[in-house]
Amino acid sequence: MTDVIDLPVTGAGVHHPVVHEHGADHGHDEHGPSGLLKWMTSTDHKVIGLSYMITAIVIFYLAGLMALGVRIQLASPTSSFVTLGQYNELFTMHGSLMLYLFAGPFAFGGLANYIVPLQVGAPDMAFPRLNALSYWLYLGGSVTMLMGFFVAGGAANFAWVAYAPLSNVTNSPGAGADAWIMSLALTGFSAIFTGVNLVATIFYLRAPGMTMFRMPIFTWNMLVTGILILIAFPVLTAAVVLLVADRHFGTHIYTVVGCTTTATAGHPAVADPTACGSPVLWQNLFWFFGHPEVYILALPYFGIATEVFPVFSRKPVFGYKGMVFATMAIAALSTGVWAHHMFTTGVVLLPFFSLLSLLIAVPTGIKFFNWIGTMWRGQLQFTTPMLFCIGFLFAFLMGGVSGVMLASPPIDFFTHDTYFVVAHFHQVLFGTTVFAGFAGLYYWYPKMFGRMLNERLGKAHFWVMFVGFWVTFMPQYIVGLKGMPRRVATYPTNLGWHSWNFVSTVGAFIIAASFAILLVNLWTSWRRPVPAGNNPWDAHTLEWFTTSPPPHHNYTHLPPIRSERPTWDYNHPEHPTLAHGPGHNGSSNGHAGHTNGSVATTEVPAS
Amino acid sequence: MKIEGLFLLGVGIFFGAIGIAYWLLSYEDGGGMMLLGACLLGLLPGGFYYYWHRRFLGYRYFYWGKLERTVGVRLEDRPDATIEEGAGVVNSFPGSSIWPFCLGMGAFLLVLTFIFGVWFVAPAVGLILVAAVGVTAESRRGGHV
Amino acid sequence: MTGPSPARRRLLPGLRSRRWAAVAAVGAALVLSGCQIPSFGAYKGATTQGQDAYKLWQGFFITGAIIFLLVFLLILWAVLRYRRKTEAIPAQTQYNTAFEIIYTIVPVLIVLGLFVFTFITENEVDALSTTGDPVTVNVTAFQWGWEFQYPTYDVKVLGVETQDPEMVVPANETIHVFLRSSDVIHGFYVPAFNFSRYAQPGVTNQFDLNITHTGTYRGQCTQFCGLYHSLMLFRVKAVTTSQFDTWIQQKQSTPQSSGSIAQAKREILQGRAS
Repeated sequence: MTDVIDLPVTGAGVHHPVVHEHGADHGHDEHGPSGLLKWMTSTDHKVIGLSYMITAIVIFYLAGLMALGVRIQLASPTSSFVTLGQYNELFTMHGSLMLYLFAGPFAFGGLANYIVPLQVGAPDMAFPRLNALSYWLYLGGSVTMLMGFFVAGGAANFAWVAYAPLSNVTNSPGAGADAWIMSLALTGFSAIFTGVNLVATIFYLRAPGMTMFRMPIFTWNMLVTGILILIAFPVLTAAVVLLVADRHFGTHIYTVVGCTTTATAGHPAVADPTACGSPVLWQNLFWFFGHPEVYILALPYFGIATEVFPVFSRKPVFGYKGMVFATMAIAALSTGVWAHHMFTTGVVLLPFFSLLSLLIAVPTGIKFFNWIGTMWRGQLQFTTPMLFCIGFLFAFLMGGVSGVMLASPPIDFFTHDTYFVVAHFHQVLFGTTVFAGFAGLYYWYPKMFGRMLNERLGKAHFWVMFVGFWVTFMPQYIVGLKGMPRRVATYPTNLGWHSWNFVSTVGAFIIAASFAILLVNLWTSWRRPVPAGNNPWDAHTLEWFTTSPPPHHNYTHLPPIRSERPTWDYNHPEHPTLAHGPGHNGSSNGHAGHTNGSVATTEVPAS
Repeated sequence: MKIEGLFLLGVGIFFGAIGIAYWLLSYEDGGGMMLLGACLLGLLPGGFYYYWHRRFLGYRYFYWGKLERTVGVRLEDRPDATIEEGAGVVNSFPGSSIWPFCLGMGAFLLVLTFIFGVWFVAPAVGLILVAAVGVTAESRRGGHV
Repeated sequence: MTGPSPARRRLLPGLRSRRWAAVAAVGAALVLSGCQIPSFGAYKGATTQGQDAYKLWQGFFITGAIIFLLVFLLILWAVLRYRRKTEAIPAQTQYNTAFEIIYTIVPVLIVLGLFVFTFITENEVDALSTTGDPVTVNVTAFQWGWEFQYPTYDVKVLGVETQDPEMVVPANETIHVFLRSSDVIHGFYVPAFNFSRYAQPGVTNQFDLNITHTGTYRGQCTQFCGLYHSLMLFRVKAVTTSQFDTWIQQKQSTPQSSGSIAQAKREILQGRAS
């Protein structure tokens, strides 16, 4: 058995002058701030990550209630549960909350913030104060968007994509729209700063021996997500700034109506649409952000699945390098496909975007086969996280296949803006952010809080949600193919859409019931804690080596890092992992199991 | 550092290739510009990292062909690095700071001007300035005000 | 037990040949059944362009269903067959280069095939006829209704919301549509034609419709356009050429009573309490 190398956080490879300093470390709780002030001034990535996750889950529940409102309205054809205007606010805010305020922040602001430094063996994120700023901007942005409900004119009501000219000041004059736009600015910057932090941490703060190809796949996915954030979000911010200019500073960037030529002697000004801007420009800018955005949302959750499958199959990831390159390929391709959301505009280069969109299925398929390969011939244990990940596989499989269909323009022509698309993206988004997201929650909850969530309640949560998920979204494919458009508050009674919509609404309530089960689980785990220990799942990656929850600056001891499973190698030296990367092509026994396991004789204090 | 450099240079080269293909196929300004921007986003830091990788290896002159491996690689890039080799201090991690909250709330108030009126700019900009000064002073003193 | 697992372990012993036989059988059945391929929920298409799109849909659906079934069965098999039975640690297989290459290359080939068929169909659907004498219709979408104007005959039809304006056109002739919007972006969608296109301000879209059967086909706005988006209905009525000529003459002889777009919008705003 390799001896524990008694050493805390290390790694003097950075060539900046090191400053020995820890603000709140002098005497811990006696001298540092306490209570609310401690939370407000904390720069600890664990505190910030938890704040993000809790805020995001609250927003998730709010957005879920809005979805219920939408489904109640659609359960009958001429329902008046809400007015037409209120309905438009409901689906706009449901989509906006889910996509801008829940899915992304939960993944890269919450889980990644908490887990990535632990997984690379770092004491914190590279820029702790920037990290804290990200959270406060996110919180401010969330409150701003929700304030829309309380201003005259109501919340934003132009759909989460805010197409011009519908989002200009003539068609959407209220302050709710401005609040929505400003919220995007705040949360956009929040995401950009988090992206910077993630990339810097992963590049610079890895522990000794943790080469790039020994990082866990979750960390790899967060690296790629971080770079995608840096590519995509600035474009959204730019688009939104131009929209503000159009709305409040009299420019005509996206608008066409109402432009005139300049008047000259003898020639009065006349309406001249070509003198103006272009609504299609908004779509181009928005979707250049929008498509990478959905992969920013998906990749972290793919990473969660890639963490959970090996642990509960008791095998390493199958095809580690394939996973890494597939992630890079997905991210790369996702930046080149934005106009597949614009096939019906008639002004985009159809074959280019169609081919690249179809090609994204290939690396996604590679990931699928690698997940299956991880499970293959393993010893599968169906804990709650594993169940959720298997549910994710089924959901994303069907959502992915329908996505391939949408990538073909002639098919997109009759499915675009119908419930077929709604079903597609709900299957992929729900499959990733909700199924895999809850897998991550159940998986890492013991590490974060030192206590276990109840397995029986967790399994009940999964099964109820799984059933509800299919009942909700399968009818939507059918009714979309029959011709039901999206974003409609009422629909004709004589077209046979009613029964499918009703079934879909029943499914939505089943899903809602499953979330109630989760709340009960969280409550009982808090009131009657079951202690977890360092590694209740016999998991593989570095974060499971430290205590639950981790101490200040994460590690008092680090095991030798010779593969992507340092904790597994430490606990199961008779089943070593082949290392990947330079010097180890994985085809020989290599260094696995033969580490420089010398015991440190000098005790270096945690600095 | 080499892998990071290649990673980002790869991003830049990918966007360059896609951008050229897209431009030649469509002559569309919006997409072409965005792809060009993304290309630069990759080439700039990627080139920086790659340059420093070669400097770190001890090349005296930065030109192709001089391949003297003198200094070695960072600990986190060496597959056989041990934990005790990395003993010592990592970096400065400010333990607690009020300034991110201050700056965040300042930005929040700034955007609320669109709801509550222009007069909100005053407290907002005030908070932002205070936070900017505060965080700079904090950094100069090594992260603790 | 304790060493690294051999690199070339077969992961699908035995199952492989049975699986491919099943796929071949399904494929053969479909091919042999020829024109009995089900519609899988889509419309068969009332225009020639729509029928091309329909065939593409069937091809995509079958391909997608086969892939879905294959992966679905793999997952199901793994989940059922490899449940934890003992505490023994299984062989720690980390890769299998042959398989990884196969499941990279085969999907690329499938995707390229799908793209080729897409490209062909796309050109058929978007093709604009250069010969003949198409019936031209200028369609203008506005908040919240449709205007159909026939420039050759100086005839106009206008209707708002659930008035469900009707675009009368001859079947079996080429109809050339110029589509634009006078305010925000709308979507011209006729489900039975398997077709939709955005109506945008400042950009005029053109497309051809060759309707194959007479009948009335419902349409609706698909691109969200504001408060009464759900009510922006219209119809396309395909009639015989002689019926069309009669209708044109009728419309030309009666005075134009449908008004203008601006007037219609005023009426909407007045008629509705905000």
